[in-house]
Amino acid sequence: MGILDSKIPSGPLAEKWTKYKNEIDLVNPANKRNIDIIVVGTGLAGGSAAASFAELGYNVKTFCYQDSPRRAHSIAAQGGINASKNYQGDGDSDYRLFYDTVKGGDYRSREANVYRLAEVSGNIIDQCVSQGVPFARDYGGLLDNRSFGGVLVSRTFYAKGQTGQQLLLGAYAAMNRQIHRGKIKSYTRHEMLDLVIVDGKARGIITRNLITGEIERHSAHAVVIASGGYGNLFFLSTYAMGANVMAAWRTHRRGAFMANPCFTQIHPTCIPVSGEHQSKLTLMSESLRNDGRIWVPKRLEDAQAIREGKLKPTQLKEEDRDYYLERRYPAFGNLVPRDVASRAAKERCDAGYGVNKTGEAVYLDFDAAIMRYGSEKALTSGLKNTDDGHIRKLGEEVVEAKYGNLFQMYEKIVDENPYKTPMMIYPAVHYTMGGLWVDYNLQTTIPGCYAAGEANFSDHGANRLGASALMQGLADGYFVLPYTIGDFLADDIRTGPIPTDSVEFDKVEKDVLDKINKLMSANGTHSVDYYHKKLGKIMWNKCGMSRNVKGLKEAVEEIAALRKDFWENVKVPGAADDKNQELEKAGRVADFLELGELFAMDALERNESCGGHFREEYQTPEGEALRDDKNFKFVSAWEYKGEPKDAKLHKENLIYENIELKTRSYK
Amino acid sequence: MKIYLKIWRQKDASSKGKIVDYTMNGIEGDMSFLEMLDILNEDLISKGEVPIEFDHDCREGICGSCSLQINGRPHGPDRLITVCQLHMRSFKDGDTIVIEPFRANAFPVIKDLIVDRNAFERIQQAGGFISVNTSGRTVDANSIPIRKENADKAFNAAACIGCGACVAACKNASAMLFTSAKVSQFALLPQGRIEAAERVQNMVRQMDLEGFGNCTNTGACEIECPKGISLENIARMNREYLGASIKG
Repeated sequence: MGILDSKIPSGPLAEKWTKYKNEIDLVNPANKRNIDIIVVGTGLAGGSAAASFAELGYNVKTFCYQDSPRRAHSIAAQGGINASKNYQGDGDSDYRLFYDTVKGGDYRSREANVYRLAEVSGNIIDQCVSQGVPFARDYGGLLDNRSFGGVLVSRTFYAKGQTGQQLLLGAYAAMNRQIHRGKIKSYTRHEMLDLVIVDGKARGIITRNLITGEIERHSAHAVVIASGGYGNLFFLSTYAMGANVMAAWRTHRRGAFMANPCFTQIHPTCIPVSGEHQSKLTLMSESLRNDGRIWVPKRLEDAQAIREGKLKPTQLKEEDRDYYLERRYPAFGNLVPRDVASRAAKERCDAGYGVNKTGEAVYLDFDAAIMRYGSEKALTSGLKNTDDGHIRKLGEEVVEAKYGNLFQMYEKIVDENPYKTPMMIYPAVHYTMGGLWVDYNLQTTIPGCYAAGEANFSDHGANRLGASALMQGLADGYFVLPYTIGDFLADDIRTGPIPTDSVEFDKVEKDVLDKINKLMSANGTHSVDYYHKKLGKIMWNKCGMSRNVKGLKEAVEEIAALRKDFWENVKVPGAADDKNQELEKAGRVADFLELGELFAMDALERNESCGGHFREEYQTPEGEALRDDKNFKFVSAWEYKGEPKDAKLHKENLIYENIELKTRSYK
Repeated sequence: MKIYLKIWRQKDASSKGKIVDYTMNGIEGDMSFLEMLDILNEDLISKGEVPIEFDHDCREGICGSCSLQINGRPHGPDRLITVCQLHMRSFKDGDTIVIEPFRANAFPVIKDLIVDRNAFERIQQAGGFISVNTSGRTVDANSIPIRKENADKAFNAAACIGCGACVAACKNASAMLFTSAKVSQFALLPQGRIEAAERVQNMVRQMDLEGFGNCTNTGACEIECPKGISLENIARMNREYLGASIKG
């Protein structure tokens, strides 16, 4: 096994977690009072973990760069959270959720972790309801469900288009209860700049107070990294502007392996880019694909006329439209998984059928759904012989009740009414399946250092299914870490507080200060955003929805050159001992410039197509991803060795005992 | 478009601030308001000046970080949006725009357009939760049926993003809408009823301690709330508070 021991418990799949919980070491309640845990990031994973640790009795310190834990970007998740409750009686089960998730991830995730996720999914819903999370309900007062991509059951629980917000506020409330009791100390507007290791164990972090610029030392017996994903590497993405990889990357630099960095999710339904000034992209929830139909014109000349503004989409007859997902994937239609839907949109736009000025947009059309709902509403309201206009009005009301906030968001950004004319959408970077390598305990390769939520790599393989991120974040925080961290901390009941005046803290703090001084003293010619945008362009063009050897090799070189230029010529105004948003950005972009190169190397190394990683050299004659299970059925885990080009690749072989590996088909 | 900006600049909490004039050319309607400020900041950086600091994060109207008072209105002229969703098409060539931080005694300025909203945190910590442990060992979710109407109302109250626009809009700098949104969410749900009396008393006490003003029912908070949180919630909180006080 070597250093990559995944620590998967023995025994039958469905019994592993229970058996494991029965066998691991526990810390008695009195001793928990003497143990400190640091949690970096306060989204679903970090917030739920912090609250749970504090309830168990540990002393917790949380850190977030925002002014409140409630603002972590989990708040922006729209569509829903999966759970195998089978409330709809449509054949769902833990096994089916497990199966769908492993298949959706294109057989690049760990069976035991995913099964555990499915197993605790139902508990998440129970937990959240008892916390007062206002999920959508039907008229009988019971919980409502909807469907998401890549599955054939309705298992997604939701709160309008604001599910992430409601779940995060639930975790935030649980945190507040513990802050009130003094069991959590919440450090807001603080950023983790480095990890401190003492005697081989993670024992603290160095932070910067973002208001005063002060560099601070914080110690603990264990450190949890729950700082989210790294999609902002692409500059334009659906991530929050401040989302960054600093905590995870600097942990990687201290010895934690980085797993599958090239596995990125490009979400099919986002509002297209409108111009050079654009700072971020906005997602339109996948739940819209329950009712929206995706199409482009059948004829190139129609697409051109639409681009030139001479033709309106509503003028195009049904037979002149190409509902390409329904055509290519009749079984799943518009609800194919995200990677498949994104590539199909790119394929149509590359072939010249794009429908906006830039040629990079397809339609998401609600007309059929509006008429269908309208007719149903007319029937149940006892209205007979109503005209189309009235039916349309009724239908629009139903659609508004389901997706109102999304439609409003679209209209504000694009300045078009999506009830009257189809939405325009295009894929955008949305999530990273890759992240810090963790074992079954969610522990990284550094003892005492854990990673949870999007910051780890564990459950989604090469492609994440919709409504699974919220599930994983809360599963890690509420139900997995509170058990597994005890196994490590059981050895620390006699350790006592970790001092911060040690040589280890001195050294790491000096490294941090040197780095800040170097950034402040470059005094070059270009702003941080200049470099970030350049990096984003390289990533999107060469490491985006489709990748090839030539482009990836160029990307590796271009990113290395850009990084060199950055350190020589970046310009950071203001002072380091002051509130300084440019300095904050500079530190984050410096890390992206290292991660970007490793990302390209990882994509180059993986000579197959799987999930969101599509290598042009490896595809079927129909243009579908061609996996190579013989040679690439592994997790790539990179060890930091100085420059990104020197990183050392380790492999964790994936073992499938409960699922037969098949070509993923949604046809 | 040519736009004239008058922006509040303040070095830190203890320094005095002032309005500084900037002129922007070539602004397009499709730009968001914050992208316009990004361009201004790039320009300031290239001139060697210190850029303007403002809070922002998700840029899709849900995190609640934005806190700009634009021409005297929280989040600017449009209704039901945050600043990050405001686009320059809402302005016209030659307009002058005044940008200030949210103003309230309980929201001290940290720097430029950034304010300290920790008072909101402390109100939530005082009682904005249901006291259940996160063990997952609770009852099955569907064993607590809830009338759809109440579930929807609770959701509407829970949609508050904690931005503080209600306080900035209020002539008394009252935090009643913010506080009542959380009180209402839980008061409308059977799970929240159990601690309803303690919750409303604790949260109101903290709200008063923070120095927010009283409510005089002008309704400005509801008008400026980016999430359309209803004044009904304030009425519900008053009822809850009265009920809790009578019971003792």
